[in-house]
Amino acid sequence: MRKLVIAISLLAFAGSAAYADPIKDRQALMKERGKLAGQLSKVVKGEEAFDAAAVLTALKALEANAEKFDAEKLFPAGSDKGDTTAAPKIWEDMPGFKAAGDKFLADVKAAVASPPADVDALKAQLNTIGGDCGACHETYRIKKG
Amino acid sequence: MAWLKKLVGAVIVLGGAGAVAGWALSAPVRLDAAAVAQLSPGDAAKGKRIFFAGGCTSCHAKPGSKGDARLELAGGLELKTPFGTFVPPNISQDQKDGIGAWSEEDFANAMLKGVSPSGEHFYPAFPYASYARMKPADVADLYAFMKTLPAVAGKAPGHKLSFPFNIRRGIGLWKRLYVSPEPVIALPGGAPDKVLAGRYLVEGPGHCGECHTPRDFAGGVKKAEWLAGAVAAEGSGVVPNITPQGGTKDWSEADIANYLETGFTPDFDSVGGAMVDVQRNIAQLTADDRAAIAAYLKAVPPHPNGYPARKPAS
Repeated sequence: MRKLVIAISLLAFAGSAAYADPIKDRQALMKERGKLAGQLSKVVKGEEAFDAAAVLTALKALEANAEKFDAEKLFPAGSDKGDTTAAPKIWEDMPGFKAAGDKFLADVKAAVASPPADVDALKAQLNTIGGDCGACHETYRIKKG
Repeated sequence: MAWLKKLVGAVIVLGGAGAVAGWALSAPVRLDAAAVAQLSPGDAAKGKRIFFAGGCTSCHAKPGSKGDARLELAGGLELKTPFGTFVPPNISQDQKDGIGAWSEEDFANAMLKGVSPSGEHFYPAFPYASYARMKPADVADLYAFMKTLPAVAGKAPGHKLSFPFNIRRGIGLWKRLYVSPEPVIALPGGAPDKVLAGRYLVEGPGHCGECHTPRDFAGGVKKAEWLAGAVAAEGSGVVPNITPQGGTKDWSEADIANYLETGFTPDFDSVGGAMVDVQRNIAQLTADDRAAIAAYLKAVPPHPNGYPARKPAS
């Protein structure tokens, strides 16, 4: 019983720790997002064969990732300080920032809803999705040395 | 007190000579007759490539424009720099508010010499220090393409600059120091055509060095640190080092070309900041042009970062 209590409290602690550092959390989310986009990009570039099922799996994973993007939780006030490349603009224009996140989610959902049948269809979808990455990073991220 | 008189006289003479020399040296210089003779009627189709290589729309479209509206070059963006706020003007085909009334020679003088039709210096926020390296024929093609773009009425507001940067005439001296049609990087004889083509695109119309190279106290590009990256002229970030010693050192030529086409880095991060617009424009060029840019970036001398290291997290 005691062990169980400890285990549960440890889990709870781990759970809270996961939200203790929003900078690390959002970076992990973005890293995963990039990896998934990378898998799809390899198919578009012809480095990997087009496999409709595998592509759909990757798109669904991207959808799950996009749904986890909670701007207010991941970018709370004060998390502009520290080891981050988040631009101050995020906090100056939270509605605009959220809209950029929502557009990404909507475009990924659209791709999942009509799964690409061939490389060209995937290429068109990935162009839209990739454009969303750039559009958001254009305004809401800054490069640091 | 004869010596004092002499001294005063000398100071007056020297000061006067300095003023005369400064005035003469700062005078706007237009294209010479030989260069003007090279301007033949341009080809608008070819000029479209130059337009996107130069990314004219990034600064001259109305801020926030999307799609075809990006070809409406009404100006009005605010570039907030340490010298003050520069506002790119209306360069649409409007006769009164834009450049619709400009002759091809007027346009070439602006692009290659930084001189306006009325004979004033332009501020080098308009990157003619790079455009000075362009071929007159390409400038003529660009002129022809711009003639096909819409006229948009309305003048953009003027620059807001503080002393001494508000004295336009002083730019004449700046030009003598920093504007030259010579290439920045002298490539060895027998350098592949691809690298030469890339040099032209990067150093000339593409004006990559304007943001990717650190500047000295007078705002001139430090050619000894060409493309080494720099503290961004606007905002608080940096512009990356793109020499073979920078963040792109492990990228292959194909990786660079792919990034310019798709906006994805080899590890699938995406393009960001002001480069988003640049990448959109460069994506309009041919695969050969992007490959040439990549080949040149691999051929430039390596430099350490032209900006301070990132501060550790506090």
